[in-house]
Amino acid sequence: MVLRVEIDEPRCVAAGHCVTAAPEVFDQRDSDGVVVLLDAAPPAGERERVREAALLCPAAAILLHERDGA
Amino acid sequence: MSARSDVLIVGASAAGLATAESLRRRGFTGTVRLVGEEPHPPYDRPPLSKQVLLGTWDAGRTVLRPPADLACQGIEVLPGRRAVAVDTGRREVTLADGTRLGYGDLVLATGLTPRRLPAFEGVAGVHTLRTLDDVRRLRAALAAARRLAVIGAGVLGCEIAATGRALGLEVTVIDPAPVPMADRLGAGTGLRLAALHREHGVRLLTGTKAEAPVTAGGRVTAVVTSQGPVPADAVVIAVGSLPATDWLRGSGLPLDDGIVCDARCRAADHVYAAGDVARWWHPGQGRTVRLENRSNAAEQALAVADNILGADRAYTPVPYFWTDQHGVRVQIFGDPAAGDHLRVTEGDPDSGPFTAVAEAGGRPVGVIGWNSPRGARRARHLLTDA
Repeated sequence: MVLRVEIDEPRCVAAGHCVTAAPEVFDQRDSDGVVVLLDAAPPAGERERVREAALLCPAAAILLHERDGA
Repeated sequence: MSARSDVLIVGASAAGLATAESLRRRGFTGTVRLVGEEPHPPYDRPPLSKQVLLGTWDAGRTVLRPPADLACQGIEVLPGRRAVAVDTGRREVTLADGTRLGYGDLVLATGLTPRRLPAFEGVAGVHTLRTLDDVRRLRAALAAARRLAVIGAGVLGCEIAATGRALGLEVTVIDPAPVPMADRLGAGTGLRLAALHREHGVRLLTGTKAEAPVTAGGRVTAVVTSQGPVPADAVVIAVGSLPATDWLRGSGLPLDDGIVCDARCRAADHVYAAGDVARWWHPGQGRTVRLENRSNAAEQALAVADNILGADRAYTPVPYFWTDQHGVRVQIFGDPAAGDHLRVTEGDPDSGPFTAVAEAGGRPVGVIGWNSPRGARRARHLLTDA
C-alpha cells in the first residue's frame, strides 16, 4: 500500500489539528498557520496518524491517495 | 457491532459525511447510506458567511466530497430526501415521500435550523444564513443593497457584518448583549473584537434590542430598535440556531436542546448522534454538552464511527472553533466564558497578534489565538494537561 498526501492549501483554516495528530508529517507556517507538508509519502508507521489527521481537518484540506503497490 | 451490517446516516453535512468516511477508513464493509434534505452533495458551511458571500469562492468550491468519490468509497447518498420519523423498535426511518429505510445502526446528524424572529417573518429583504441556497439569496440581495442590518453579534452575525463591509455596504449590527461573542470568546477578546468592527466602519449597537421591521410595499426599509430606527434595505437575522429535532418528536428518543446521548454518543440501542444536534454526557465535565462548531462535527463523527464498530470510547474533545473577521483570524480552544481572567502569553492585544489563556479559578479553561495560529496550537496542551 502506498499513501500519497496532498494539500489543498487555499482551503486550510490553520486549525493545526493535523499537526497535533501527525507532527512528523504536518507543520504550520509561521506567518499564517497554513499547513506545511513535511512528507508527501509518509512511511507505514505514520499512515494511521495521517488518516486521522485527514478525517479531523475541519476544512477537508488534506487529500489522501491510497493505492496498492510497493 | 450490530448483527446487521448496515448503517443509515440522516444528515449529509460535515458530521454525517465524516461518520460515513471514517466507517470506511476503519474497514467497515457493510452498507453505508447518507440521507440529506438538501439537493446538493455534502458541502462545507464555514465558507458560506465568508468566501462564498464575498464572492471569492463559487458554491462548487464548498463541496466536501464529489459524488464520484463517495461512490468509489461505497457510500450511497440520497440527496433531497427529508426524514420525517424514526421507529427505533422496527429500526426504520420514514422519509417524506413515504420510503422506509431499515438500519442496523442509525446516526442522527441533522444539524441546526436558524432561530427565527416572528416579527420579521415573511418580510421581503429579511434573510437567515444556514444553507447554500440561503447564501445565494443573500448574495443577490446584498448586490442590490446599500445598507445592511445584522441582528445578532454572535460568530455568524459578526462574520456577515465583516463580509458586508468588504462588499462596500453600510453595516449596522444590533445585539442586546453589552459585548459581542463574550459567551464564546470571553469578555476581553469580545471587546477587542468590538473595537475591530468599529475600526472597520461597522456600526455596532450593543445593549440594543431589535424589535420589528419597518416595511414599505412588503419590503424592509428599517429595523425598529430600543435605540431608535436603523435604516436597512437588507436584514440578516443571526440570533442563534436550534437543533433540528422536530421530526424526532414521538420517536421516544430523549430530546432536550439536542438529542441526549450517553458518553459514547449513543441515544438508544443502535442509535447515535453526531455534530451540532448531539448533546452528550461529558464524563470530564460531569454534565451534558452540545457543541456547535465545525471541528466537533468531524471529531464526534469519528467517535461515533468507532463506537458503532465496537470501540466503547467516551467522547471527551477539546472544543475548537475559529472565526475570520476583517482579515483577523480568531481561534479558540476549550471553553472560555465571559468572566474568565485573560492571561496573555504571547504578543500584545492592544497592537497585534496575541495568544492568551482564559483562566477560571486559576485553572486554564480556554486558549485564544488572535492571528496567532501556532501560538494557540502550542498552548492547547494547557487544557489537556489541566
